[in-house]
Amino acid sequence: MIAGYNTISMGTGRKEFNPKKERPGLEEYMKEAGQAVLGQIGGAANVDECVVGNFIASRFNKQANLAGFFPYIDEGLRYKPAIRVEGACGTGALALVTGIRSILAETADVALVVGVEVQNTVKAIYGADILAAAGWFKERKDGHAYFFPGKFSDRAGAYFEKFGRDKTRRAMARWYRNAIENARLCPTAQEFTNRVEDLEALGMTEPNPKSFVDNLNVYDCSKVSDGASAIAIVSEEGLRRCGWKKEDAIEVMGFGQAENDITAAPANLTVLDTTRAALGKAFQQAGINREQLATVECHDCFTIAGILAIEALGFAKHGEGPDFVLAGNTSRTGVIPVNTTGGLIGWGHPTGATGVHQAVTIWEQLTGRAGNAQIEIHAGKPFGLTINMGGDDKTLVCIVYKKG
Amino acid sequence: MEHDDRFQNVTVVGAAGKMGSGILLLTALEMADQRLKPENTDKYYILYALDVSQKALSGLMGYVRSQVLKAAEKKTVQLRKIYSHRRDLIENSEIIDQYINDVMSIIRPVTTISSAYESDLVFEAASENPELKVRILSDIDRNNPNKPWFFTNTSSIPISYLEKEAGIEGRVLGVHFYNPPAVQKLVEVIKSDKTLPELADFASKFIKNLRKIEVPSNDFAGFIGNGHFMRDAIHGMNVAVKLTSEVSFPEAVYMVNKVSQDFLIRPMGIFQLIDYVGIDVCQYIMKVMHPYVKDEDIHSPLLDKYLELGVKGGQNSDGSQKDGFLKYEKGRISGVYDPDRKEYVPVNELAAVCDTLLGEPPASVVPWKIAVANPKKDEFFKAYFKDMINMDTKGALMAKAYLLRSKEIGEKLVSDKVAFSEKDVNTVLLTGFFHAYGPINNYLTQED
Repeated sequence: MIAGYNTISMGTGRKEFNPKKERPGLEEYMKEAGQAVLGQIGGAANVDECVVGNFIASRFNKQANLAGFFPYIDEGLRYKPAIRVEGACGTGALALVTGIRSILAETADVALVVGVEVQNTVKAIYGADILAAAGWFKERKDGHAYFFPGKFSDRAGAYFEKFGRDKTRRAMARWYRNAIENARLCPTAQEFTNRVEDLEALGMTEPNPKSFVDNLNVYDCSKVSDGASAIAIVSEEGLRRCGWKKEDAIEVMGFGQAENDITAAPANLTVLDTTRAALGKAFQQAGINREQLATVECHDCFTIAGILAIEALGFAKHGEGPDFVLAGNTSRTGVIPVNTTGGLIGWGHPTGATGVHQAVTIWEQLTGRAGNAQIEIHAGKPFGLTINMGGDDKTLVCIVYKKG
Repeated sequence: MEHDDRFQNVTVVGAAGKMGSGILLLTALEMADQRLKPENTDKYYILYALDVSQKALSGLMGYVRSQVLKAAEKKTVQLRKIYSHRRDLIENSEIIDQYINDVMSIIRPVTTISSAYESDLVFEAASENPELKVRILSDIDRNNPNKPWFFTNTSSIPISYLEKEAGIEGRVLGVHFYNPPAVQKLVEVIKSDKTLPELADFASKFIKNLRKIEVPSNDFAGFIGNGHFMRDAIHGMNVAVKLTSEVSFPEAVYMVNKVSQDFLIRPMGIFQLIDYVGIDVCQYIMKVMHPYVKDEDIHSPLLDKYLELGVKGGQNSDGSQKDGFLKYEKGRISGVYDPDRKEYVPVNELAAVCDTLLGEPPASVVPWKIAVANPKKDEFFKAYFKDMINMDTKGALMAKAYLLRSKEIGEKLVSDKVAFSEKDVNTVLLTGFFHAYGPINNYLTQED
């Protein structure tokens, strides 16, 4: 993969965000990200195929048929094949694997992949209705007003009960702090200008079940974001065509996809078993283990989801994820730097774009393009990993990368 | 009659007014909450929105709907539980819509006072005119067979006067909301000697359900809120008049307003506050208070003069500020009225001279908005006013005199037994006037 690009993640936290003023729509975000990639790869003529990942513009923006925006990005894309894919918050990585499969099938040498979501068109209380579509609609009636925070609040509650509330809450607050500190290093991050001094104290804010959910506060949650990310997936032939050197690209070493029954309750609320299944496949295909990872972009839609992902990865035993996080192991200088530009909590979570944003971040890190957010990549640990999740551990894609 | 039952038939008098519309909204929300309890499903709830103006009533319904929407969006978590039996309402948006319909279906906009003849509870929010209020209360009581309870929103008229003149002994309580009622947390509650304890208990429960702060006041004209505000305003106006020996009148108004806002770190300067409440309303309140206050002259010739000139202040129906002592453009002060020339002098023509005369506030000054959000407010104000103690710029001297006068007014409200405690006085100013600190403090008398 080459030529990644992220727009700003727009929403509360950004100084230029004003909910009362007109803002860019889907098409503007797609255009910004798409053109930025085309500009780096020698133009639209080099593209064989286009994929757009979007969760639910049909409700946020009353817009469907998003593949039709590719020729709007660049006239040179007219009459080229294009497709839109959807898998809730796991949409972005589904778009990536759609492109990867085309490359593997040799039907394309260059695939342009864009992920996009524009969510600030409605207030959060109505956004919660829309995002609830990531779960089973028949559960909506008995679900929480804030449906997904409710789901992960239940997971946090189960975890508290089993392994202790105090250390888990402290680890969640630490997760929040790490996310914001990393976001402050990335100019496109939604929390880039966050200046709060004591982030952990803020993260420890007591949840308020009357206005929100039982076991999470708002700092435990990812952001409501508008944004797009894009990247080009290329074969070796495509790489040459676009005029890129191998060392400026990242290579897909393996990917794991796993799906779970959307109508079924999780077997164990304290375990992300679908994530674990997808990770197993990705590691197996790549032929590596977690000790060889330089960095992970994980799907921390909620702080507790981040901690559970660390356990699914096997960095900590079941029940010891909080200790692992509290010991500083997931910070940017820790054993395994996680979400080095802030993740979903710090950088932002434009749902359909998130999976693509993760790939762009890994590309930046492994090829030394991450600017102030750059971490050190050691020769013995050259791999990057993304975990992108749709719904409550239902639609999973994990991808392992290495510098080309 | 239980709490819920008393709420089954209610009238708000003056419902389309500034205060009445807020009271109507809050009452409607409370009644809807009662109605939506499972045990009350077969009961009818009716809330008459009584006002003289059809036009104002239709505007009122739009206002109430928009506010109910806001309230519903804030409490959707609870609403989902309340409507959990309604299997057809699935998404938040559907639940919010249903709630709005349920609240609005309680309200009946009417222009005929006879609607109130069947109510068990009457909120009176007519204009601050003793004769008018007495006429309304006695008319309703004469024609209403239910021995209704009356809650009056008077901000200054003694409750004992109203109950005696209207012949409703024991059944009237002062329930004084602050403007705008939907937002302001404070409710002053005033009993007469005869007010039945049930009324106060009922009001307490209602106020608590609204998550507002109840402060009791004695039944003395002006109560705590206007007792402080009117004297504070008179002080400000006196200082301005005195200043005219040195500067022009508009300059004096500008300077006093600036000191009372920026130097004292209050949400508004005193002249802006008078405009906000309305020059006519302030004059009316002073008129009501005047005969009851023996040791002070609660009266302002300046207000009389402005009203004679037709300068009234107050708000437009959309909530925007009308011009008064000051002129407003997009919510900002843009001019100061010159009563001699009968026109507004642009602020930028006098600001530079006045600001130089006043000098700077202590360097630690911050805008009110920042100060009020400071979790360690008390420490901040201690340090800020300590910095001011030894300053002798004109602005600092005026600010210190102002602060001491405000404290003196507060203490007198306690010694005159208008307020039950110093804490109550401070609570009224903190919550009803959004001050960042109470007037009864020791900020200027701190030792090292």
